[in-house]
Amino acid sequence: MSSIAGLPHNYAAKRRRQMVTPEGIALPLTVGAKGSRAGALILDYVILLVSTVLIMIALIFIAEGVGLNDNFDEISGAGEFMVILISLFWFIAWNGYFMAFELGPRGATPGKRILGLRVASRDGGRLTPEAVIARNLIRDIELFMPLVFILFVPFGAGGAAGMAALLWFLVFMFFPFFNKDAMRAGDIIAGTWVVEAPKTKLAQALSTTGAAAKGTSSITGAEYKFGDDELAVYGEYELQTLERVLRDNRPEALQAVADVICRKIGWNPGAGDERAFLEAFYGQLRGRLEGDMRFGKRKADKYS
Amino acid sequence: MNAATPATRGPIRNEIEAPSAIEAAALRSDRFRLEREGEWKRLETILGSMEKGRIRRLSDDDILALPALYRMAASSLSVARETSLDAATLGYLESLVQRAWFQVYGPRQGFFRWFGKFLGGKLSQSVRDIWLDICIALAVMVAGTIVGWLLVARDQEWFYTLVPAQFADARQPGASREVLLDTLKVEESASGMSAFAAQLFTNNSSVCILAFALGFAFGIPSLMLLVHNMAVMGAFLWLYNSQDLVPEFAAWLAVHGTTELFAIMLSSAAGIHIGRKMAFPGRRSILSAAADAGQRGAQVMVGVVLMLILAALLEAFPRQLAGAETRALIGGFMLIFWLTYFFAFGRDREEEVA
Repeated sequence: MSSIAGLPHNYAAKRRRQMVTPEGIALPLTVGAKGSRAGALILDYVILLVSTVLIMIALIFIAEGVGLNDNFDEISGAGEFMVILISLFWFIAWNGYFMAFELGPRGATPGKRILGLRVASRDGGRLTPEAVIARNLIRDIELFMPLVFILFVPFGAGGAAGMAALLWFLVFMFFPFFNKDAMRAGDIIAGTWVVEAPKTKLAQALSTTGAAAKGTSSITGAEYKFGDDELAVYGEYELQTLERVLRDNRPEALQAVADVICRKIGWNPGAGDERAFLEAFYGQLRGRLEGDMRFGKRKADKYS
Repeated sequence: MNAATPATRGPIRNEIEAPSAIEAAALRSDRFRLEREGEWKRLETILGSMEKGRIRRLSDDDILALPALYRMAASSLSVARETSLDAATLGYLESLVQRAWFQVYGPRQGFFRWFGKFLGGKLSQSVRDIWLDICIALAVMVAGTIVGWLLVARDQEWFYTLVPAQFADARQPGASREVLLDTLKVEESASGMSAFAAQLFTNNSSVCILAFALGFAFGIPSLMLLVHNMAVMGAFLWLYNSQDLVPEFAAWLAVHGTTELFAIMLSSAAGIHIGRKMAFPGRRSILSAAADAGQRGAQVMVGVVLMLILAALLEAFPRQLAGAETRALIGGFMLIFWLTYFFAFGRDREEEVA
């Protein structure tokens, strides 16, 4: 279990940063994973492309309706208005999409929002309009120019200078892979980064219900009480693993964990009453560890 | 329960020595949580509607309570970190405080307020801050024009090399005075002009944004691009000079050119500025120097886009409809306007602050 679960855990740990709020509280932030950022980018461009093309088709349809043709000299007032609308619409949509959404209260485009990301200021201050504009102005050289060069340069266009330019553009394209905060060039010049914006629901308090509260099982009526030496074998890490198991509430996991604990503390594992046993053990272990905590004594895991 | 238990020899039995088991009925940390979770949930609801942009639907009480609720959640988090081992509650509080922090310290400045401040001094300030880069861009542009002129003056073949085919319609070396004058003529009606202006604007703005990005990414090579473009203008200057039409050509160009060329110069300068600040950050870290320069550059670029809107309008209407004197007058006025706005406006206020 540890080898499989260990890998993403380490990767996530590498992306964790501390931000200190003005109240002096260290707030953990997680730098957005490159995979989700790439996904968000693709999603955003799909949304942008589909919506702008659809609106464009509608606009052109209307423009033809008002009698617009290729002859600009005899253009009607309505036709001229449509030409202005079409040229401005495309420009504003493609340049304004990212800026407008990132300036909103959630600091994220729809793609980022779906993947649980947001833009934040790196120094912990406010995310200013200037920063959002700056990080979006150089999309051209980070994405479109490299793509254009990739399409044409390897087939001989531009010669040696073209190759040099392509290599230089690729540096910008793969910029997020060269720094630990996964910042792209736009983030660097804007002083921003993209972090995870998790939304967690408040879970049920475990010690108010079941055997954790009363210490007795509602199924068998057995009263589980553990002694100090029995509770002393585990630390905070095991406690939180146990908490996860209880919240997931999968019978086979409950049984396996109950077996392990019983073997460890020398109890005789019963059958069918694992949840109550674990709830009681969890409640008492947590009570003990938290009690020690108040006296400044912490036990990180079973080895310490 | 037994009334009395006699003391016995040997290790103490579990039942006697486990008072903590009784306490487990409600852990102290869970009591702490249960007492406060109503406030946390209220904060969560307020945050939810703020994030959805429904701030107007919140009651005044909720808005007023937000900072207090945020501080309460933040202090709950720091207490919980020291007293509770409930990972789910800690995770919830961390995400709640983070969300609240983004809302409380988020960009709560309305767009119009920002824009007002932007026009009312921040833009001019940013332009003044990049003066050195503006000088570089200006020098490069002047040099490019001179190079274009000199090249064509020495060998007319250069004209065809420099000038893209779509510009070189009737305007070629050897063209008569009448033909050249005709290219500067005044249009009779304004029909179709605003469509023309819109296309000019989008095209020029895209070019300027690209010039900005390239200036940041490439520095020197992007200056070469500027040289090339200005060389085209130098070549045209030479052409019109050969028929003594420079004042007319200058007026034709100046009416929007003073605005447009100024904007192009600013966008290149903004790009160069970022590159320069990253190469020579001085005593600061590269990242903070880059972030500062980038935000300054972004302000200049917003100014550039606004200038280009004006330039496109000028190019479409006065340039096509007004005579040479009016064109020169408008162009000159615009130049003076921009210089005053960028380099004189808001100076004294700045000194007060400093």
